[in-house]
Amino acid sequence: MRNERDIAPASPASRQGVGARVPRKEDDRLMRGRGQFVGDIRLAGLQDVAFVRSPLAHARIKGIHIPERYLDVVFTAEHLVGIKPIRAVTSLVGFKVSDQPILATGKVRQVGELIAMCVAPTRAEAEDIAASVTLDLEELPAVYDMRKALEPGAPLVHEHWGDNVFLESFFETNIDSAFDAPIKVTREISTARQCMSPLEGRGVVATYDHRLDQLTLYSGSQMPHIVRNGLSDCLEMDQGQIRIVSPDVGGGFGHKGILLPEEVCLSWLTMKRGFPVRWIEDRREHLTAAANCREHFYKITVYADRDGTLRGIDCEALVDSGAYSSYPFSACLEAAQVVSILPGPYKMPAYRCRTFSVATNKCPILPYRGVARTGVCFALELMLDLVAVEAGLEPGTVRLRNLPGPEQMPFDNITKKHFDSGDYPEAMRRALKQIDIDAIRARQRKGEDDGRLIGVGMSIYCEQAAHGTSVYSGWGIPMVPGHEQATARMTPDGGLELRVGVHSHGQGMETTMAQVANELLGIDITKIRLVHGDTTMTPYSTGTWGSRAMVMAGGAVATACHELAERAKKIGAKLLQVDEADVVLVDGEIRGPNGSVTLKEIAHTWYRRPQDLPGDVDPAGLEATSGYKPKRDTGTFSYAAHAVTVAIDPDLGDVEILDYVIVEDGGTLVNPMIVDGQIYGGLAQGIGTALYEEMPFDRAGQPLNTTLADYLLPGPNEVPEPWLDHMETPSPYTKFGVKGIGEGGAIAPPAAIGNAINDALRGLGAEMLHSPITPKRIVEAILAARKAERPAA
Amino acid sequence: MKPAPFSYERPRDIASAMSVMTGAEGMVKIIAGGQSLGPMLNLRLVAPDTILDITGIAELKRAGIDGSELTLGACVTHADIEDGRVPDITRGAMQRVASNIAYRAIRNRGTLGGSLSHADPSADWVSSLTALGASLSLRSATGTRRVAMKDFILGALESVIEAGEMLEAVHIPVMSPSARWGYVKSCRKTGEFAHAIGAVLIDPDAGKARIVIGAVEAAPIIVEQTDELFGGRIDGVFASRFDARVADRLLAQAGMTDATDRHIHVAVLRKAIAEAA
Repeated sequence: MRNERDIAPASPASRQGVGARVPRKEDDRLMRGRGQFVGDIRLAGLQDVAFVRSPLAHARIKGIHIPERYLDVVFTAEHLVGIKPIRAVTSLVGFKVSDQPILATGKVRQVGELIAMCVAPTRAEAEDIAASVTLDLEELPAVYDMRKALEPGAPLVHEHWGDNVFLESFFETNIDSAFDAPIKVTREISTARQCMSPLEGRGVVATYDHRLDQLTLYSGSQMPHIVRNGLSDCLEMDQGQIRIVSPDVGGGFGHKGILLPEEVCLSWLTMKRGFPVRWIEDRREHLTAAANCREHFYKITVYADRDGTLRGIDCEALVDSGAYSSYPFSACLEAAQVVSILPGPYKMPAYRCRTFSVATNKCPILPYRGVARTGVCFALELMLDLVAVEAGLEPGTVRLRNLPGPEQMPFDNITKKHFDSGDYPEAMRRALKQIDIDAIRARQRKGEDDGRLIGVGMSIYCEQAAHGTSVYSGWGIPMVPGHEQATARMTPDGGLELRVGVHSHGQGMETTMAQVANELLGIDITKIRLVHGDTTMTPYSTGTWGSRAMVMAGGAVATACHELAERAKKIGAKLLQVDEADVVLVDGEIRGPNGSVTLKEIAHTWYRRPQDLPGDVDPAGLEATSGYKPKRDTGTFSYAAHAVTVAIDPDLGDVEILDYVIVEDGGTLVNPMIVDGQIYGGLAQGIGTALYEEMPFDRAGQPLNTTLADYLLPGPNEVPEPWLDHMETPSPYTKFGVKGIGEGGAIAPPAAIGNAINDALRGLGAEMLHSPITPKRIVEAILAARKAERPAA
Repeated sequence: MKPAPFSYERPRDIASAMSVMTGAEGMVKIIAGGQSLGPMLNLRLVAPDTILDITGIAELKRAGIDGSELTLGACVTHADIEDGRVPDITRGAMQRVASNIAYRAIRNRGTLGGSLSHADPSADWVSSLTALGASLSLRSATGTRRVAMKDFILGALESVIEAGEMLEAVHIPVMSPSARWGYVKSCRKTGEFAHAIGAVLIDPDAGKARIVIGAVEAAPIIVEQTDELFGGRIDGVFASRFDARVADRLLAQAGMTDATDRHIHVAVLRKAIAEAA
């Protein structure tokens, strides 16, 4: 183990509060295989659903032929009378509205679109039935490429729009002032379409409880309350008639932060047929029909002075948004965000950016860990290295020249993003020192015995997290976060229940929320239980997305526990017969001048021996619900500097990561061990984006990498253990100074690795500007560079 | 991703297996380790009427050396070879090939016979056993015939196995003490299918070589005039005389039009030859 932290003495065993590296409570069941995911749920009479999905990307439906014997177990759009399509609109000017049908009507607009639903006692039988349904489809030309989608005469995904643009976004400040800069670098840069690939795919079990007159939908979801909003709209049912339960969730990354047509289908079906029904997404459905993300294209020019000072950025970017606008994030959040976040943490006097959210005959693009930031970071950070080459400077020097210093915090960048705190140059300096840039340059000059090429690359990103009402009201999507609420309730035996509306899909919240409560109340975390993932038992919340849960729900838990502490102090003071002002809460007990009473004793008295309480006791009791929002809700900004050394075999194009360094600042860390885990996981996904993951489409709009044999994910051999260093600059706006940290690990690696590869290839004249950077693309670029150098006679 | 319905037979001897193959209605598909067939069934790329599981047949697990030839039954697993549970006469070459096939979980169940019968051009045994000069016993109700590996694969997922025939055993000749073995594959990540394979058995003393370029999306390319690859003769310094242009020409003649693909295959072959040197 390379990290000093791992061999440093552990924090004292008694310490469980904010900052303690306590093991995750949930791992006891998860690591023993005792978690309960949607696929583990067994209900009496449960039947399985398989879908007939569109085999074509774009076609008119002429007919759906169901064999006579299956007429009562196959359902199409004709059956869904009164069910509304999914509609995710934004308030951004010019946004074009599209409905996502629950089951296809009239036209199919992507491969994998739901056409019919088949139900049978087992999934295999349901698939047999699905295979017997024949479709009469009139194939239409497919919109398979976002750049071609904008050309005049392109086929139209939604005819009534007149073009294929969900939304055009634009920002300009002072761009004319950049044009006379001595350095001007222009490139086209792109990131491939990817699939999110959490270990657990989607899954839905739906059942109806007649006693409660309530539909219960079990769905591995990051946001049960938002699913309830959406379902209530589509089914036109009262929210009280709908209960969403999200059990253990095996990773989400955004794929579980949307309302699925399958969720609407199964809800309708269980009410129609009267028995519980289940659909478990298989990997082919996952890869081809739902979980797509990331596909960006940039044409970008960076202007700079000879000393590397940025003069301005001019960019036009496209995001392939796919066929429909997903609920609740919409089809345009990604491209619209590109406009506002492209400048990142850097200082610059001029900026212009125009982006298009383009409709194509592909799956809707979904917000994947890092959302637009991974593509933005890839584009900008590759460009900064090219500016460094042009200026004859080290890439680190160019970055240090343009990053705001700690004395400039809080810093408002050119798009008015408000960077709350941090020392970006220090993160960069630490990363360069740890990767040992001087030693790598010396090694490069010497050359490798095995003929491989060594390269070093770096990148910096920032991650806006827990951005709230003021930001999302501007997007105007169906979900705008407000105050986050939590309930803290003492049990008669002195334990504590916490209720939150966010949901853990791997973040370890059962541990971290307990740590926050422990910090305030001193109750041992083994006696604290987190109740979450159930709309009937938790306060409303927009859920777990945008790295917001620790800031928002953690803040709410702290606020509720503070309220509870005040109430306990009042009761304790009465029991101690002292003035309330003379007691304090320390280590789980109320201490007065001459004695103390434990929270456990207070709970016992309150619930079980009320006769021992004086008549004038505060009647509010030991259950508190409180709301929370940071002092400023424009978001916390965590950030990191990544640095990586690679070796490339120029004959095969193989890339080996020799060393990986991450210097990260996530503000105050509630559980640094969990943050380490977040970063390791994010790095794995970032390496996937950089080197492996790609969902290509052919000209008919057919996805080509439809199994995990073709769609490559990095495995243990492909992911090195990084050297991690945490800086902890607290946010001035949040409880404890915490910042959101869930996504950052996945943002910076493609840029850092891309820069390292380009550094290694520079002597050969080859340059890689498209992710994933595959061995074949590297060899192609090397051969093309050789050919350009020695033109045929 | 669940298979279409099929009936399932698991006989205990070869004669019973033969009667299933001749007697069953419709399409019969043999399953051994199921590491390729399993996913294909689930994806409904194949929908046989009958699955004939041959892993209950003890004869197909036998392994033994007879004179200068090692015979391995079709149901010997990659892990059996990797772990040395079967004898070896290739001076460890097969053990090294086996231990780099896919992942351990696949090696535990995947079989020699299953891999060859599946005839995936990217599979390790398809190229390596060709270079080792192996031959195969194919059994049918009417008898057994022997086919050299070099004649076995016809194309991607296509071999000379006929309907009613079953791969029974693999025969590998002893590797001579002067022979040099090299096997290199290029995979995008550990355990994934190779996109280029070089398998070489070079005997500088005898001036002879068997050289196979595999993972070419068709039957492996078996170099016929091996000395051409080394400037006309094979001797102790063969590696230094490797002529990449000849290899490139062979690949182009075999229909590989993409120059980058050819470059990678030639580089892999050069590495295999360097390993043998």
